[in-house]
Amino acid sequence: MKFLISMHINPAVLDALTPEEQAAIGAGHGRFIAALKESGELLTTQALVDPSQAAVVRVRNGQPVVSDGPYLEAKEYLGGFYLVDCENKERAVELAAQIPDAAIEGLGVEVRQVMFSEGQLEA
Amino acid sequence: MTAPAAEDLLRELTPQVLGALVRRYGRFEGCEDAVQEAVLAATVQWPAEGTPRNPRGWLLTVASRRLIDQLRSDHARREREWTSAAEVGPPEEVPDTDDTLVLLFLCCHPTLTAASQIALTLRAVGGLTTAEIARAFLVPEATMAARISRAKQRIKAAGSSCSLPEGAEREERLRVVLHVLYLIFNEGYTASSGSALSRADLADEAIRLVRMVRTQLPEDGEVTGLLALMLLTHARREARTSGAGDLVPLDEQNRAKWDRGLIAEGTELVKASLAGPELGPYQLQAAIAATHADAATAAETDWAQVHALYLILERIAPNPMVTLNRAIALAEVEGPQAGLALLSALDGDERMAGHHRLMSVRAHLLEQAGDKAGAYDHYRSAAKATASITERRYLESRAAAVKQ
Repeated sequence: MKFLISMHINPAVLDALTPEEQAAIGAGHGRFIAALKESGELLTTQALVDPSQAAVVRVRNGQPVVSDGPYLEAKEYLGGFYLVDCENKERAVELAAQIPDAAIEGLGVEVRQVMFSEGQLEA
Repeated sequence: MTAPAAEDLLRELTPQVLGALVRRYGRFEGCEDAVQEAVLAATVQWPAEGTPRNPRGWLLTVASRRLIDQLRSDHARREREWTSAAEVGPPEEVPDTDDTLVLLFLCCHPTLTAASQIALTLRAVGGLTTAEIARAFLVPEATMAARISRAKQRIKAAGSSCSLPEGAEREERLRVVLHVLYLIFNEGYTASSGSALSRADLADEAIRLVRMVRTQLPEDGEVTGLLALMLLTHARREARTSGAGDLVPLDEQNRAKWDRGLIAEGTELVKASLAGPELGPYQLQAAIAATHADAATAAETDWAQVHALYLILERIAPNPMVTLNRAIALAEVEGPQAGLALLSALDGDERMAGHHRLMSVRAHLLEQAGDKAGAYDHYRSAAKATASITERRYLESRAAAVKQ
């Protein structure tokens, strides 16, 4: 079963971390990716640039209107995701709990099953 | 290119040869490489020089030589045991060995996850390439390769014996093998995402593998039952989706599109297996499928018989999904209220809590009972809960239909 584990980041929370804590997150992701690759459960993972770099596109009267910044004025933004293929939802939740972000106060990761896929997946 | 007949022969012989080699030498991975090289040699040599009189023996000899060469170079001269093993020569030709079974039992080792069992079975027994398996399951090839290699390591770590288990263990392991083949078939049958075509191939592959098991175990009722179930289900494949890819329920399917050849074969197999001494869940599910196949129109379905078969199935293999299906049959025999009453027995079952099948069956029975508002709500909840996009579309269309 395929699941998207999405990481919802809060820039304020991340900025408040010490450099050591930030480095530990990076190292934790490295270990997590290595383990997922070895178990044959990783489909792909991607991390996104800072939400301040986002552009929101709306088409009005047939004309695209582009504005800078994230879609929602929120505290949390999508920071990146893991797409995994694993045995069941319990396993996906177990994997999500291994992501360093999940252990940080003020952050959380979300697990949702994939319903449709198309296109070549080449990690 | 190899002629189709030679290709079929190679696909049939490959797992037998691999099984024989694994049984003789252990070392799954090395044996697999050696057999692949032998098969490659055969595809080059056989068309040019003619198929040997004993193709299995030919492959066995070539693969054994390759394996021994490989082991010799791997271990250089320091491991004398392999030199002596090499002198023993290729394994004996025993015509009635069930090497394919040995291999299947190994691939469906109980320490592996279902996903690994499936991948390894398709790779080693089905002879599919890692890329083909990856495509069928819509995962990157690297992911599938890691899964297969991890499965092999696990088998090695489990120190699995390369001979057929005996008695009760054999029975138990065979059930796992059949379940894995059933899962492969289902993967092909429920084309919920991606290219429907490659998934249909998985159903064909599962049928081919069950046929292979059946030639080894013709007396096993459940093996025959599973084959019958697959054939009878596969017979409806053209009718179960519309041209637009939408799901068509059994009662609305154009029965002229059902494959009569598969139905005839499946029905014969069901009859033969029901005459045997044992009765298992696959035989019963096949018998239910045969009852449906026997009805010229949906209205002519012998629901009393379907219900009776579900009742037996519920008794020998209790499972809320079976009860759910029995509720549909019961509603046809005694009316929707009787079906709904049976469903309420499932409400307390935590395995069914929030399950879209329970919601969609309830919606269906409420619709039959004339409760349109209730049916609408449950169709909508079921549409939200399913992970299949085809099913969601279907449930949404039912919701829209009862609202009018």
